[in-house]
Amino acid sequence: MKRTAALWLGLGWVGFAVLPWYLVEGGSLSLDLLSGWPRGAAGGGLFLGLLEGRWWLLPLALPLLAALIGLRLPTDDRRISDILVWAGIAGLAWFVFQGFAIGLRGWGGNWLVALFGAPGPKQEGMGYGAFLTALSFLMLLTHGLAARGFCRGDAFTVSSIGLIIALITAFVFFPIWEILVSAFKDNDGRFALNEFAAKFFDNSIWGLDCTYSSLRCGVAWNTLFLAILVGVGTTALGLAFALIATRTAFRFKGLLRILTVLPIITPPFVIGLAVILLFGRSGAVSAILYEWFDIPRSRWIYGLPGIFLAQMLAFTPIAFLVMIGVVQGISPSLEEASQTLRAKSWTTFSTISLPLMRPGIANGFLLGFIESMADFGNPLVLGGNFDVLSTKIFFAVVGASHDQGRAAVLAIILLAFTLGAFYAQHRWLGNRSYTTVTGKGDSGLPLPLPRRVAILCYGTAIPWAVLTIVIYVTILIGGFVKTMGRDYTPTLQHYLTGFAIERASWGIHFSGSAWNSFFTTIQISAIAAPLTAIIGLLTAYLLARQRFAGQRAFEFGTMLSFAIPGTVVGVSYILAYNVPPIEITGTGLILIICFVFRNMPVGVRSGIATMSQIDKSLDEASLTLGARTFTTVWRVILPLLRPAIVAALVYSFVRAMTAVSAIIFLVSAEYNMATAYIVGRVEAGEFGLAIAYSSVLIAVMLVAILMIQISVGERRLGRRSTSDVALQGAG
Amino acid sequence: MRRLAIAAATGFVVLLAAPSAPVQAQSAVTVYCSVLDEWCNVMRNEFERASGLRVLLTTKSTGETLAQLRAEAANPRADVWWGGGGDQHLQAAELGLTEEYRSPTLPKLHDWARRQAEQSGHRTVGIYAGTLGIVWNTEQLQKRNLAAPKCWADLVKPEYRNEIQMSSAATSGTSYTFLATLAQIMGEDQAFDYLKRLHRNVNQYPRSGAAPMRNTSAGETTIAITWMFAIVPEVLQGFPVATTAPCEGTGYEIGSMSMIRGARNPENAKRWYEYALSPEGQATGVRGKSFQIPSHVDAPLPPNTPRLSDVKLIDYDFARYGSNEVRTRLIKRWETEVAALPR
Repeated sequence: MKRTAALWLGLGWVGFAVLPWYLVEGGSLSLDLLSGWPRGAAGGGLFLGLLEGRWWLLPLALPLLAALIGLRLPTDDRRISDILVWAGIAGLAWFVFQGFAIGLRGWGGNWLVALFGAPGPKQEGMGYGAFLTALSFLMLLTHGLAARGFCRGDAFTVSSIGLIIALITAFVFFPIWEILVSAFKDNDGRFALNEFAAKFFDNSIWGLDCTYSSLRCGVAWNTLFLAILVGVGTTALGLAFALIATRTAFRFKGLLRILTVLPIITPPFVIGLAVILLFGRSGAVSAILYEWFDIPRSRWIYGLPGIFLAQMLAFTPIAFLVMIGVVQGISPSLEEASQTLRAKSWTTFSTISLPLMRPGIANGFLLGFIESMADFGNPLVLGGNFDVLSTKIFFAVVGASHDQGRAAVLAIILLAFTLGAFYAQHRWLGNRSYTTVTGKGDSGLPLPLPRRVAILCYGTAIPWAVLTIVIYVTILIGGFVKTMGRDYTPTLQHYLTGFAIERASWGIHFSGSAWNSFFTTIQISAIAAPLTAIIGLLTAYLLARQRFAGQRAFEFGTMLSFAIPGTVVGVSYILAYNVPPIEITGTGLILIICFVFRNMPVGVRSGIATMSQIDKSLDEASLTLGARTFTTVWRVILPLLRPAIVAALVYSFVRAMTAVSAIIFLVSAEYNMATAYIVGRVEAGEFGLAIAYSSVLIAVMLVAILMIQISVGERRLGRRSTSDVALQGAG
Repeated sequence: MRRLAIAAATGFVVLLAAPSAPVQAQSAVTVYCSVLDEWCNVMRNEFERASGLRVLLTTKSTGETLAQLRAEAANPRADVWWGGGGDQHLQAAELGLTEEYRSPTLPKLHDWARRQAEQSGHRTVGIYAGTLGIVWNTEQLQKRNLAAPKCWADLVKPEYRNEIQMSSAATSGTSYTFLATLAQIMGEDQAFDYLKRLHRNVNQYPRSGAAPMRNTSAGETTIAITWMFAIVPEVLQGFPVATTAPCEGTGYEIGSMSMIRGARNPENAKRWYEYALSPEGQATGVRGKSFQIPSHVDAPLPPNTPRLSDVKLIDYDFARYGSNEVRTRLIKRWETEVAALPR
């Protein structure tokens, strides 16, 4: 413990004295910046404080010195932990205080101006040095707490909890706080509670007119109704797919697998576009229906039916990914025991298998529900006159009547719904045990599905699969014809515009207009995905396996960013990170951070769902044999978590490549993302190029998913499959 | 435990290598562009060639750009905001987001472009104009045996029931211009009577201003109310669409350009500004599939675009209908009195 604390303290001194304290303009450290070191823009905090009049940085040296003295005490001295805790707290407190008190243009708060007079000292955004110093303070604090016996004295657990709390505070709570406060302000920035009430209880939000008249209902009810429909629908379909994939001898499992993966790797506008191209008034299917069956063309697709259809297509795979891990994990022993006791296959299924799937069903529903609430692309394209909260929020911000307060009020409602669903899910799961993966030998065969369940599964899944195929054929064709819906002359023009490569005299020149955003997107996504998976699964481990005070609040915090619609996240990120202390707008970093904290809840959910099936005795066995927590996580839990790792990695990579609403405010000229580019194409009416680019993205993501699957590998549970049995039989 | 430290250190190194800070070189200018992406790119290339400066360009819709400028007000990132509805540029001027600048080119601009500058206290200037009109899909019209509308008054006829589309006035600047135009032609109360009758014929109020044109080309709606110049690229793509300027007269928008207050490269911003006002700069529009009418008197007029002189224009009162107060009131009234009605 003492040695790692010393290591962290050393890193803290490096951050404080050596690395550039402030953000260096221009990104990388150039030679002429370094020549001025330790003074100048790239100077360390200590020297800036001593030599350049940045006196407010000097108090940070005190806790670092105190910790240095503390760690020289003999190991068994109980004062060490006290010194570490207080050094950490004092360091962090001053660090945060000076960060907010001294801004880009002087004092950060009105009371400071009143106290010391304007304008006060100025400072820029924090750089690597500041970041490392803060991290060091945090680690000193957590090591001190661990030494005092927090979490059974386990430094890894306490440090992880501390780190995740700090990250969530900085990148989830802080920006959300910034925007939610604006719900209580009028347009001039004054506090106005009655205006909040007027906005909150507006009839356009809560009106129930549609129940008794031809008027439209409030947007809140619309959203809730849609989200419940989508949540139930995706869960049912996802379960059907998972059962077919694991419990039947269905011949086209591979195809099914691809079909369930395709929609999540599709940029959001594209499914909506394809649905219009098929079912719109001038769509292909509508034309066939009209010519063959004389069914008049209509606009039924615009509104609830269209959004529902598109969201079902888009979100069923997420439910499937959650569900398959759970369905695979159910121990055949219990089912075999039930059969041995002469239960019929239906009884076994309904009393044993189905209840054991409850964590999967609950998590699947929760994800479908939240996804539907936060979805922006499909309601935008297909919404017609059917308003949902996410689009309302977007247009409250960017619409003709800019009203950030209204956006914040709507965001609060959206958040309340999501948290309500989260709570309901908790209640439904209750405190029962769903453990089925234990250390004991478990060599049963999973039961085949009861007949009626199998029929039901096929009956829902196959039509859906056919629909998906038709949608994707439309998308594929759309990239290769001149104008979808009018002129089906084959052409490569769309691909050439986007992805032309020329041979210049000095090498290969990527002259297509899409290359720039394409490379950025891949780079950002590839960095964000592993970070997301690590943080998400670490959080899941802490939630499922450790007990600590404030665990519920902690869990709530990790789910929060997922519940907030992308537009709100985008605007709040600009509000929070455009000025010091954390000044990262216009960088690639802000995109990465946005993706990591927006997508980590999926890692958390699938991690928890899978972990709740793994018997704790496995961890305990490892710990009893003398392994430390880190080793236990690394060697025992992680290999069993492979489905969750795949889900987290795939999901975060894919979401980083397909997110729209959150990043539309965060992209810059330097870091433009593919989806922002595609939205521009759609707005300009160039569906051909948009669809062509989307097809390329789909192909890239398919390759990436395959690579993730292969490199992470399958989880090997000690279960036989029918082929093993057949071999044994033959042998 | 030491492994955690090593992992953290590795992560730190990755972060160091990650794309972390924006380019803020001295020889660059950051432009927020609110016209068609093609035009943005053509303009960027031409300006880079002419000036030797590097252009960092972000393309976003007018509303998105205004929202971004508001959010960034404490620490602006952009130097110039080029293109997009004049209404939002006036708002930005009213909010103090943009900087006063008197271009030496002002005397060479059309009246309407100069008026825009004067109205804002020279915080913005007109770079192009577009007129509001009625567009329709000729095939769909024929299929339904409908006559082409000629006047605003035609649109409320019962035979067009469910055939008309306009973007939502609550979200789109295009439809706000329509509201303001009607109010100026008919007077506000009569305008809202008209809108209520029109409401019965409207099949959908999409939120994006560009959607009605797109949906008309695709045949998803027969008629739409939108910018007349928007049909030119559609016709070039082979869609069967046509347009007319309504007989009662019509309103127009003045696409504008503003310098951002607190810009980091104000000198470079001025060079972009001047280039964008020059005839050469304005001639880039056609190559960028944009067919608005340029504001410099010597700039060549794009082919196929209806001339301002061919269209009966109203004397659009930008000062009154560009003010925040009138805008908020009209939009609110439209939302509660028109859009909420059953059909």
